Amino acid sequence: MSVQFFLQQCLIGLTNGALVALVALGYTMVYGIIGLINFAHGDLIMLGACLALSLVTAFGLATAGPTATWLGIAMLVVACGLFCGTLNVCVDRIVYKPLRNAPKLAPLVSAIGVSFIFMNIGLFWLGPSDRSFPELLPSTNLLPGDGLQFTWKDLLVLVVVVPLMLGLSLLVRTTRLGRAMRAVSQDPTAAALVGVDVDRVIAATFFIGGALGGAASVIYGLYINTIGFQMGFQNGLYAFTAAVLGGIGSIPGAVVGGLVIGFVRSLSSAYVGERWTGAIVFAILIVILVFRPEGLLGRRTKEKV
Amino acid sequence: MTSIPSNVQQPNAAATGWAGMWDFVRERWDLVALVVLAVAPLVVPALGGALGGQVTTLFIYCILALGLNVMVGYTGLVHLGIASFFGIGAYLLAILTVPMYPFQIGFLAATIVSVLATAGIGLALGAPTLRLRGDYLAIVTLGFGEVVKVTLRNLEQITGGMKGLNPVPPPGAGVKIAGIDLGLEFAIDPRWFYYLSLLLLAGVVVAMRRLEQSRLGRAWVAVREDELAASAMGISATRVKLSAFAMSSAVAGLAGCLYAASLSTTADPNAYDFNRSIMVLCAVILGGLGSIPGTILGVAILVGFDTVLAPWADSWIQQMNINPSGSSLLSFSGWRLAVFGLALVLVMRYRPEGLVPSRRLAAELHEGHA
Repeated sequence: MSVQFFLQQCLIGLTNGALVALVALGYTMVYGIIGLINFAHGDLIMLGACLALSLVTAFGLATAGPTATWLGIAMLVVACGLFCGTLNVCVDRIVYKPLRNAPKLAPLVSAIGVSFIFMNIGLFWLGPSDRSFPELLPSTNLLPGDGLQFTWKDLLVLVVVVPLMLGLSLLVRTTRLGRAMRAVSQDPTAAALVGVDVDRVIAATFFIGGALGGAASVIYGLYINTIGFQMGFQNGLYAFTAAVLGGIGSIPGAVVGGLVIGFVRSLSSAYVGERWTGAIVFAILIVILVFRPEGLLGRRTKEKV
Repeated sequence: MTSIPSNVQQPNAAATGWAGMWDFVRERWDLVALVVLAVAPLVVPALGGALGGQVTTLFIYCILALGLNVMVGYTGLVHLGIASFFGIGAYLLAILTVPMYPFQIGFLAATIVSVLATAGIGLALGAPTLRLRGDYLAIVTLGFGEVVKVTLRNLEQITGGMKGLNPVPPPGAGVKIAGIDLGLEFAIDPRWFYYLSLLLLAGVVVAMRRLEQSRLGRAWVAVREDELAASAMGISATRVKLSAFAMSSAVAGLAGCLYAASLSTTADPNAYDFNRSIMVLCAVILGGLGSIPGTILGVAILVGFDTVLAPWADSWIQQMNINPSGSSLLSFSGWRLAVFGLALVLVMRYRPEGLVPSRRLAAELHEGHA
């Protein structure tokens, strides 16, 4: 196994990991603010991918010229982002909001319920079998020589994911909304006392997390090229693992966790075998949690009486 | 704190007729259910056929859910991978009994060994991970479930891969009592398994009741309510949680043994995946955390819906020829997930303590509103 092979796997890991991280952000933001493991997030992304496929078919993007294709992809990202963000806010309003003071398991189970409902919608939308997502981008290699492969698709992932992440961290660190979000995640009651509209901040968090997921769904379709109504579960699981690995609630943690999962997946697929990947990812997760129970970048919280 | 939940029923001294009967059923639901279920196969001929097998599966899931209830209900630890222990029990039983392996120690001995071994595996997983906070522990159990599933699928030389291990001999294979070949009877008539599962379920229910009242059971609840306060009272939280973990795993392993024996195969590893864990967890929460009748009702509703009602409704729709095009919109199982999901959402919204809540938990949940 040559160095070049290893580098190639790292490249695959990087793009895969960026995608996982984008989904993981949705989990970690919602968890950070209301302490809910949003089981429906993966399936929300599946619905985003359904919409993306329908739009691609309706507008005939597969046969459009190169400029139209790039423009179309940008529109897809925006449309699916809006769709998933809005849907996420609606679900929060209808399902999770009445449960804010309920015991912790209640919203978790509701989220599982929502995930089932989404899966059923996806089943009607796509049909029971997997559907192929059209190849919109040429698979020409962008790197010189015939060694490492880095195609338009890989570039697309980074072009979409990196600015979104930078934008998100700017938003959380510098804007008024971001400050309110950090305040609510630390202590909702205290935040409300100093005049933060907690419900609006939570809605904004759900919207942003959902919108990032919507963007991820488009990239997923273009990058993996196969979507199905059950895709939300497996992808959600990896992304969620990434969020926990990085320290759930921590935004840089989700990015780091996503990249770690991406690298582990690509390296174990290459060197151990694809079919063991799931076991290796979760075994590493368990080991890391045993030695660093708060995740890689999470804060250690003291138990309070 | 001092308010008494308003929904506590006053005992009705003058209860007669239907109302009196209903009170009796409420009071002694366990005996009534046991008698009805014990007599049913003698009266309902369908239980000697496929339906009997389905109801047996229900009993087995009840055992599994009661095992999970120890961790989630009594001790308050979220467990997202109970199906993996179910699977470990099933596979251990199969390895100890199938002709492919040299052990072939028979159902009874194999069940005892598997249950003990499953408890041991639970301890081995619990010992390093129990100091994790709630959600992280949930993820560890979820991850463990995935690791087990992938391992079962890939270790083809040991587990038979996707084919699973078979044939698992029926209990009592080769044992003859008064001229009746027990193994043969088990293989022919599903009612034998029906009664075996019912018996074990009743045994587990009795054991769980005793546990609830015992020192250990009260320690579980104390740790759920407030770990710090419990430790301050001299309870070793780690040991109490570990024992809950081991007990859950052992009971799940027992259910797995029965499952493999009743199907006479371990089935493929996907039978023990995350979906199964979630379904059982939802059954426990839907029925009422920490409540034995609630857990059983939850399983009856969720698993019953899935394994008995949905196939029945589908075949009915087919017979009535309502859906000639075969569209999933018009088939009952096409809506299965949505019905499932909606039920979970609605119950959590309007009855977060579950359908048949344990008294203590219900009182706590309504404290704020009363």
